[in-house]
Amino acid sequence: MTLTKKFAFSTLFFLILTSAAVGSEYIIIQSTTSTQNSGLLSAILPKFEAISGIKARVVAVGTGQALRNAKNGDGDVLLVHARAAEEAFVSDGWGVQRFDVMYNDFVIVGPSEDPAEILDMENATKALSLIALEEALFVSRGDDSGTHKAEKRLWSKTLVDTVSASGTWYRETGSGMGATLNMAASMEAYTLTDRASWLSFANKRNLVVLVQGDIRLFNQYGVIAVNADKHPNIDADGAKAFINWLIGPEGQLAISNFRPNNTQLFFPNAKR
Amino acid sequence: MQNFAESFWSSLTLIVTGDSELWSIVILSLQVSLTAVVLAAVIGVPTGALLAVGKFRGRQAITIFVNSLMGLPPVVVGLCVYLILSSSGPLGVLDLLYTPTAMIIAQTILIAPIIAALSRETILAVHEEYQDQFTSLCLSNWQRLKALLWEARFSLLTALLAGFGRAIAEVGAVMIVGGNINHLTRVMTTSIALETSKGNLSLALALGTILVLIAILVNAAVAMVGMRRHEAMHV
Amino acid sequence: MSELGVGICDLTLSFGDQLRLDIPSLNLDPTRSTMILGPNGAGKSLLLRVMHGLSQPDTGTVNFPDHYQDPARQAMVFQRPVLLRRTALANISFALKVRGRSSQDAWRRAMTWMMRAELDHLANVPARRLSGGEQQRLCMARALALEPKILFLDEPCASLDPNATVAVEALVQDAIDLGVKVIMVTHDPAQAQRLGSEIVLMHQGRIATKQSKLDFFTTPQNDLVGSFLAGKPLLSHIKESR
Repeated sequence: MTLTKKFAFSTLFFLILTSAAVGSEYIIIQSTTSTQNSGLLSAILPKFEAISGIKARVVAVGTGQALRNAKNGDGDVLLVHARAAEEAFVSDGWGVQRFDVMYNDFVIVGPSEDPAEILDMENATKALSLIALEEALFVSRGDDSGTHKAEKRLWSKTLVDTVSASGTWYRETGSGMGATLNMAASMEAYTLTDRASWLSFANKRNLVVLVQGDIRLFNQYGVIAVNADKHPNIDADGAKAFINWLIGPEGQLAISNFRPNNTQLFFPNAKR
Repeated sequence: MQNFAESFWSSLTLIVTGDSELWSIVILSLQVSLTAVVLAAVIGVPTGALLAVGKFRGRQAITIFVNSLMGLPPVVVGLCVYLILSSSGPLGVLDLLYTPTAMIIAQTILIAPIIAALSRETILAVHEEYQDQFTSLCLSNWQRLKALLWEARFSLLTALLAGFGRAIAEVGAVMIVGGNINHLTRVMTTSIALETSKGNLSLALALGTILVLIAILVNAAVAMVGMRRHEAMHV
Repeated sequence: MSELGVGICDLTLSFGDQLRLDIPSLNLDPTRSTMILGPNGAGKSLLLRVMHGLSQPDTGTVNFPDHYQDPARQAMVFQRPVLLRRTALANISFALKVRGRSSQDAWRRAMTWMMRAELDHLANVPARRLSGGEQQRLCMARALALEPKILFLDEPCASLDPNATVAVEALVQDAIDLGVKVIMVTHDPAQAQRLGSEIVLMHQGRIATKQSKLDFFTTPQNDLVGSFLAGKPLLSHIKESR
């Protein structure tokens, strides 16, 4: 009894001490699951930490939630992929400035039987229309993430009313990319995913890439420093250091050098 | 499809090879949840005792309230703690969001009602057994409380274990307030969620197996300490 | 005051609409032992609880001679032994420490009473592992270690075998010999005869009679006593005595 207590108390003091001791400089990056699940951030961030001496802590959520967390001041830097929302974030004064960082692309994946017969179609919106026409199962993120925003943008260019189809062939999961891919795999459904998440996803089962290469499937990532005027605790200098490194030659090289299984997942395209 | 046997073997491999990454996650999980249990006990046991033996107005209402809090969804707790600790929240200046301390706070809030409710039950039973004797012996309220807690110690330990079980198995709240930051706030459950989302189902299941093993170890350790005394005291 | 003994005045206690105690007046001998007899449900234990302050009456008062009034000068042993999850010795020393004795003093006194109850060889055994008779002797030893002026006993031998009963009765006799005022509830007339000086017979919450032991067993005050001693049902008598 007393031993247990002693252990617990020492644990308590340890935690209080450590949580105080991590006062060394760090930044919080609000980012997306695709950059984390693919392993990109754990590959490139140590390089930044080594050069700058600043620790980088990553909170990986959907783009929508990342933007909301940043508005609450709970992050110093945003690394997300929903251009329109990012620009609104900056113009509303929440962010300092937005920079392009890198891109990859979205792909439409689905069961290899391909009931809607969209294999190798060059027009992604047409492919979606066919899925709707066939009423083949389609799984949507439904979580206001960057991928979800991109998907909605694609649907808006079709005549399909996904709102009234919701719950029938159109299923909104309200979860992250991984959970959505797991569901698509078990339901034999179509879904839209970014290529990095797809390639690093290990439970593909019967799913294959069916549509890719359409310019509408372009997926741009941007980086934004959160405006320190809004929240005094934001580490503006750390954020600036990170962004300068990421869009500078070293960061860009690190991104293109990240090639798990010899496949490049992200393509740097920062303009300086 | 990966099968359970495969996951079990890979979990054993993970344990045997002593993967340092894994161990730091395990240790963090234990530290966070054990600290939460201690804090929740400090809050919950006296609350339970007060509700069991105290005579004051609103006791019934508070008891119902505390019992209802046992069903608090972790995500709601996580969200509330997030809103409080967020930079734009009332305690934002403490800079606790995305730290182990934030996870401890969330788990403490989650399990304190469980420990309070179970303590109340336990202490109530012991109180009924001893109240005449204690009145006869002229115990002061404070002496009475101390004696009741001591007499109920084994059942209270079970209440703490129930709290620990819920804390260490919880994922929704620590995900939100901890942020699942690698090497800082990544615990067993958030790792499992992460690996599942990567589609590494067998690794996720292996981590789940380890989590169960840890729970068994902690329970067995407490049971052994408890049993020895239990046997001796013939409760 | 002390000559008046333990006095009860206008005592009533009901549960719901059931009148469980109705005692207009009762005076107990200040020093000699009192045995409260009566069938189940007569209100014997309830009366004891009220006298010891464990239950509150609806009306009426219980008055003790000055030197008994302080609850710390009273002790009680219950029908079922109530023991803490500690060693036998610690059960006694706990009670003494609660009353402000130092640890050392408490230990010494506890050990003395363990010996008097012939339990000293079980001092370090967890109390709850003792046999029923040993447990009740421990409860007696604990009560006596407190050196009470007045000792309430609520059928302490009700669930004991004859041998254990003899051992507990010996401790009750010890208390009487030490000058402790013993008020004991029992349903066994033979036990009352062995230990009592005055006998109170209760029936349906009322005092049927109070007599000295000799009178009670030789010249019963009323038919109720006769019936009780003969082991007959007492139902009809209460109507007559009203």
